[in-house]
Amino acid sequence: MGRKTPLFALHQELGARIVDFGGWDMPVQYSSQIGEHHAVRRSAGVFDVSHMCVVDLKGPRVRAFLAQLLANDVAKLKTGGKALYTCMLNERGGVIDDLIVYFLTESWFRAVVNAGTRDKDLAWIRRHAAAFGVEVIERTDLAMLAIQGPEGRARAAELLAPADREAAFALGVFVGRELGTWFVARTGYTGEDGFEFMMPGADAVPAWRKLNALGVASCGLGARDTLRLEAGMNLYGNDMDESTNPLESGLAWTVALEPPGRAFVGREALEAIRARGPAAKLVGLVLEDRGVLRSHQKVIVPGVGEGEITSGTFSPTLERSIALARVPAATPARVQVDIRGKLLNARVVKPPFVRSGKSLVT
Amino acid sequence: MSNVPADLKYTKSHEWVRSLADGTVEIGITDHAQHALGDLVFVEVPEPGRSVKQDEPCAVVESVKAASDVYAPLAGEITAGNPVLADAPETVNSDPYGAGWLMRVRPAAGAVAAAELMSAADYQKVVAAEGG
Repeated sequence: MGRKTPLFALHQELGARIVDFGGWDMPVQYSSQIGEHHAVRRSAGVFDVSHMCVVDLKGPRVRAFLAQLLANDVAKLKTGGKALYTCMLNERGGVIDDLIVYFLTESWFRAVVNAGTRDKDLAWIRRHAAAFGVEVIERTDLAMLAIQGPEGRARAAELLAPADREAAFALGVFVGRELGTWFVARTGYTGEDGFEFMMPGADAVPAWRKLNALGVASCGLGARDTLRLEAGMNLYGNDMDESTNPLESGLAWTVALEPPGRAFVGREALEAIRARGPAAKLVGLVLEDRGVLRSHQKVIVPGVGEGEITSGTFSPTLERSIALARVPAATPARVQVDIRGKLLNARVVKPPFVRSGKSLVT
Repeated sequence: MSNVPADLKYTKSHEWVRSLADGTVEIGITDHAQHALGDLVFVEVPEPGRSVKQDEPCAVVESVKAASDVYAPLAGEITAGNPVLADAPETVNSDPYGAGWLMRVRPAAGAVAAAELMSAADYQKVVAAEGG
């Protein structure tokens, strides 16, 4: 038996199939995974992401602390509520986790880390926070709902007090703010517009029921995975982990090596990797033949070497199989994938595959 | 509650077997199996002429989530793979015991006879034990 979110009983009532995810009993799908995927691309869907770990970081030196802890630079966060996507690295440049950090005030930042890495993340954060006198507060009291899709924000705003709706609609992309007892952010993991709501646990069930009544589809982690993969977003544990680094995981854009004086954990290791040139890169693959790409299938790069698929699926939007794969840095535009002993042809593309409902792959 | 037609035979690995008038058998996956797999997006069926042993993996059904092998319920020679599944794998979800059949097999001499496979009543117990 895993941990349960405040929505667990409702998921069961709605007929969800429950699976273990990072130690939590979570809904993987309600009726049809493909149907839930299309609901998000075409109208709106809601996901229970309460298993994710919300951590408040408080203290007058919190910004300096995060400048050392994170590979991306919190100096980019200049206006209240702005969020930053970043990796948290070990000294070897390996990825301990990827996370989102919100700048709320100069003495209060909020991080959202993965459920499956919670224990090691909190231990790592606390270990480094001590020297800065930063308080680390896990917010297990909060539930989190992600409402995603072209109609997601309009429907989700119906849950807010009328006076707060305008403020919610005024939020820029990747910005959040407190509205009453809720925290409302224009973030997500699907490649669609939408909100993520953090709220007291007791508010979650009535909020979900109201969303359903407004026509927002209940969506499970299965659809969340196909949506994020179409959107070209990495999944921790699949596409990167402590044995890989951001430069070889398609995440160089999240590493701030400027200014050169900022001494963040993992910096020296990344500079050494950059100096000698990364040996591998993370790319998108589109399967040209029939079949389904899956994680751990071998990628053959003729004349260059071999790689491996890190995440693969059937793309409901493109109606063909797509993947992320770690391949040699010199990999050209065409590769082959070994699927049950057959070599199938795949094309190398730059993710994302789909953004805001539209295919980016020809 | 999944649908288990009384006139078919079954395996523990969730294949069904139908005896046809010409002496061959038609094979597919059960309603319980298609439901557990979810939306199918790719089905690979064997080529006619291939000989298969009992319990040999001979077809693959893939949902969005995962790939699963389908095992030969009895030994024999493949006489047909269902041609519609290449472009319409979801037929297995919508009609698992009819248009969503996977393959036809001519049983080998001395093979386990279809009649000796699991009855619908016994397969119901397998499904119930899996919480289906």
